[in-house]
Amino acid sequence: MSDQASAKVHKPGDEAVIKLTNVNKWYGKFHVLKDINLTIRKGERVVVCGPSGSGKSTMIRCINRLEEHQAGSIVVNGTELTNDVKAIEAIRRDVGMVFQSFNLFPHLTVLENLILAPTWVKKVPRKEAIDTAMYYLGRVKIPDQASKYPGQLSGGQQQRVAIARSLCMKPDIMLFDEPTSALDPEMIKEVLDVMSELAQEGMTMVCVTHEMGFARSVADTVVFMADGSVVEKNTPHELFSNPQEERTKKFLSQIIQHH
Amino acid sequence: MSTEYKPHPEDALSHVEEPATVYPVNPPTKSLDLLGWARSNLFGSIPNTILTLVALFLLVETLPPLINWAFISSVWSSATPDACRADGVGACWAVVQNKYRFILFGLYPYEEQWRPVVSTLLYIFAVAVSCNPRFWSRRLLVVWAVVVFGSGILMWGGILGLPYVENEKWGGLPLTLMLSVLGIALAFPLGILAALGRRSDLPVIRSVSVVYIELVRGVPLISVLFMASVMIPLFLPEGVTINKLLRAFIGIVLFTGAYIAEAVRGGLQALPRGQYEAADALGLGYWQKTRLIILPQAIRLVIPPLVNQFISMFKDTSLVFIVGLFDLLNTVKTALTDPLWRPYYVEAYVFTALIYFLFCYFMARYSQYLERHLNTGVRR
Repeated sequence: MSDQASAKVHKPGDEAVIKLTNVNKWYGKFHVLKDINLTIRKGERVVVCGPSGSGKSTMIRCINRLEEHQAGSIVVNGTELTNDVKAIEAIRRDVGMVFQSFNLFPHLTVLENLILAPTWVKKVPRKEAIDTAMYYLGRVKIPDQASKYPGQLSGGQQQRVAIARSLCMKPDIMLFDEPTSALDPEMIKEVLDVMSELAQEGMTMVCVTHEMGFARSVADTVVFMADGSVVEKNTPHELFSNPQEERTKKFLSQIIQHH
Repeated sequence: MSTEYKPHPEDALSHVEEPATVYPVNPPTKSLDLLGWARSNLFGSIPNTILTLVALFLLVETLPPLINWAFISSVWSSATPDACRADGVGACWAVVQNKYRFILFGLYPYEEQWRPVVSTLLYIFAVAVSCNPRFWSRRLLVVWAVVVFGSGILMWGGILGLPYVENEKWGGLPLTLMLSVLGIALAFPLGILAALGRRSDLPVIRSVSVVYIELVRGVPLISVLFMASVMIPLFLPEGVTINKLLRAFIGIVLFTGAYIAEAVRGGLQALPRGQYEAADALGLGYWQKTRLIILPQAIRLVIPPLVNQFISMFKDTSLVFIVGLFDLLNTVKTALTDPLWRPYYVEAYVFTALIYFLFCYFMARYSQYLERHLNTGVRR
């Protein structure tokens, strides 16, 4: 548990960088998000957990508008998400996202994957973008794979490249949508290690994951979602050892059986 | 290994220090002698043996007469068809010898035919350069501009001391090549735009694309050519005319574009949604996403149907005879109106077919090369 202590050196500030107010969303008739209210402060590390189908992925994907919410408001970095394409692109420049299935660009090398967005979106000079890319490849501990294609890497390596690709845009906020769910058990750790390091540096993180150990040691806040609603939100210690809601208790008892 | 050894389930993985069997370093080689190969591949079973024998019989029956006709008892060179009229004479290639200038260049003035030759070579050069991935850069556009402009000057003339030749007189191989190469060059981007348009979120753009694709795809090329030749002038203000060649060209481009659009759309649909999402999440705009992420992958996926379309279009240019243009096939037909040589139409058509085949075969092989070349990073 010494990890835990060192991981939480950074204290999140008071400034809200993501604010969801009464967010609702339907897929056809199916009500996926029901009156979600959530405020995330600068530097806060939030883990969102819950059973599958609870809307946690949909919620996180609304934050950078990969999904559109139909009612309520979402404000990211002071800008409200509307149909304004330019505003959305601006928000996406500041919000990195890591997917369950990595979604690297298979026709480009690792290095090309990393410098693509900085050079085209932020117009960073190529030389500088390469330096940044190599720095982050070093951070995720695979600097020697720069010239390979994604298909030649293991799942864990691909996910670390995906994290580095997001970091190359120097985002203020990182979203992780079940980043370890598609990985073999032995690769999960290498990805979680990278994420923990990132957390220690005070990056604002929103992470949908089933890794309760990660939540316990890294998160400032754990949000438990079920059936499209936020059921409970608390510090990991409180939520795991003293859940208030029946639904939370049931969920925790089920995952703890195996952990 | 002792005979009493009974593997315990838990032992299965840890049991590695056993005195190792020496494994052969190389996979076993198959014996490659001819007889063994024939026995296993040609006469392996009774149906296989029957098929082999039938095939052999057909070859023996057809091949020698064909070779005899084409090469042995054929007439290669003669100023008049008399030599071909003798008994037992095979192919009369003399028809090609006498008519090739007309077949290749149509009505283009005889003494000026070096101009279409150079022009054709220019196009072949530009295509050859463009086919090499090493030269894929913006500079290619300059090469193409020079080639198109240069060959235009050569073909039309009227300056630099070249006599003017109106394009009604163009014909044969240069015409077929120009229609195809420029047609592909324009139809490809048009098709890509239509495919993107069909998947657009904007209803107007989507409807325009759907109407264009379905309308053009729903009618035969001949009717598109007819419409291009009859209807386009109706839409133009009085006094403005577009010449026949350009009208046919527009018809071909519109027609091919619609088919390419559907091939490209297939590739767009085959891409995982995650690719679009990753590009979006990085803040790429629509055109950046399309150009850098989506199209390179989508087009790679549909190289076979695309090349199929190009090959088919190359041959379909022969339909421009319907509006009175002298493409490669029409010049053969016209050359054969000469009553002296008319009986030897088979040889003339074989010659033309060979020219078509050469170009189509090149496209087919190039497509295979391209698939291999572009797949380097994607193959797992």
